Amino acid sequence: MNWQIIDQSLPIFAKAFQLTCWLSLVGIIGSIIVGIISSLIQYFKVPILSQIFTAYVELARNTPLLIQLFFLYYAFPVLGLKMSAETCGIIGLIFLGGAYMAEGFTGGFNGVNTSQINSGKALGMNDLQLAHYVVFPQGFALSMPALAANIIFLIKETSIFSVIAIPELTNTALDLIGMYYRSNEYLFVLVVAYAIIMIPVILILSYLEKRVRYGSFGN
Amino acid sequence: MAEEILKVEHLNQFYGDWQALHDINFTLNRGEVLTLLGPSGSGKSTLLRCLNGLENYKSGTIYFEGKKVDPTEKNWQNIRQKIGMVFQSYDLFPNLTVMENILLAPRKVQKRSEVDVKQEATKLLKRVGLEKYVNAYPRELSGGQKQRIAIVRALAMHPEIMLFDEVTASLDPEMVRGILKIMSDLSEKDHMTMIIVTHEMSFAAKIADQVLFLEDGKILEDTPGKEFFTKPKTKRAQEFLDSMNF
Repeated sequence: MNWQIIDQSLPIFAKAFQLTCWLSLVGIIGSIIVGIISSLIQYFKVPILSQIFTAYVELARNTPLLIQLFFLYYAFPVLGLKMSAETCGIIGLIFLGGAYMAEGFTGGFNGVNTSQINSGKALGMNDLQLAHYVVFPQGFALSMPALAANIIFLIKETSIFSVIAIPELTNTALDLIGMYYRSNEYLFVLVVAYAIIMIPVILILSYLEKRVRYGSFGN
Repeated sequence: MAEEILKVEHLNQFYGDWQALHDINFTLNRGEVLTLLGPSGSGKSTLLRCLNGLENYKSGTIYFEGKKVDPTEKNWQNIRQKIGMVFQSYDLFPNLTVMENILLAPRKVQKRSEVDVKQEATKLLKRVGLEKYVNAYPRELSGGQKQRIAIVRALAMHPEIMLFDEVTASLDPEMVRGILKIMSDLSEKDHMTMIIVTHEMSFAAKIADQVLFLEDGKILEDTPGKEFFTKPKTKRAQEFLDSMNF
């Protein structure tokens, strides 16, 4: 292990680190939004839209992100839609993540007691009000474990962006190894960089999970 | 002159092939208390839930305040604001405080002003002896306290009718008395129109203006309250009362 090599590579890794964080953040927020919309539409069985979103969830969850990215990056330009690698990456991540989030939220929403729904209905609430005040807050708390697992999953999935040459952490490490043949050093930095992202995320998520479950809920 | 507030005609409800309610007919006057009695599984709760559209009944007609109810979900949403309901399982919203639970529907559904509703909520909480608990969460309350809050939450909507679905069935005997007292008060002091499903016979005997006795989804008796408990028309009702040691 040569520390000098590591030291020299740090500025490049710092850039890649930022990019990984940024892509993850946008991907996660986008996935949560898509997931919430999709699961609410499925929960309230909105005609036509709910079938479309069910098909979307199945398609996105049952195909690998790698293939989705190839499609966006190599096949779409043939069809006349050319996007930057970053845009493809984010769209791909949201496409995949949205479906996973949707499944997680659907599980949570379905876990809300029917008697709670009836209680809201008996107070004259319409579907939108039920969603806003009853189903969503309680279902969200119930889907917290799934949400946390999906967030961690999506951060790790950004490593696949390396195949469409987005200079995030994995891509950068592989590039450097290809150029200088110092796999030990660069892989070490890569692992440490992911750990720096993941450890705080995991700590925050498990704290939130506890708070949501025992803070405002439970018996 | 008694004013008819609710009328049910030829109501039928099915679950698959099984008929849960058979040709239900009755009328209820404003200010009166109707009690639904009968063994478990006789359709009392199902009937109650048909009256505010929580069940989609298969056929029949309900008239509320003289108008035929068009049983669409949209229409039920309006009617439910005038027909309050309290459940056996309380069903307060666990993520909201007592005050938030009470304010939610009057504010968001009825769009009333926060100041007004809050004032009224405080008054109602005082009435049920829980004014100290405005900021408590449901999990911090006992079953009896939760049920009192649930009643207040329904009352804050200014309902014309209150439906009570076995509201004391999961409470300690000690708590039961408090809830029954509140219900009696509502009838005596506020002349609230109420439909009550209960297994508390002596309470029913005291409060009921009218009793529907159900079995297997059929109304076996539609009798004035006093008469039902002293000399019921059917042998089956007499057996039922005997079995409840009444």
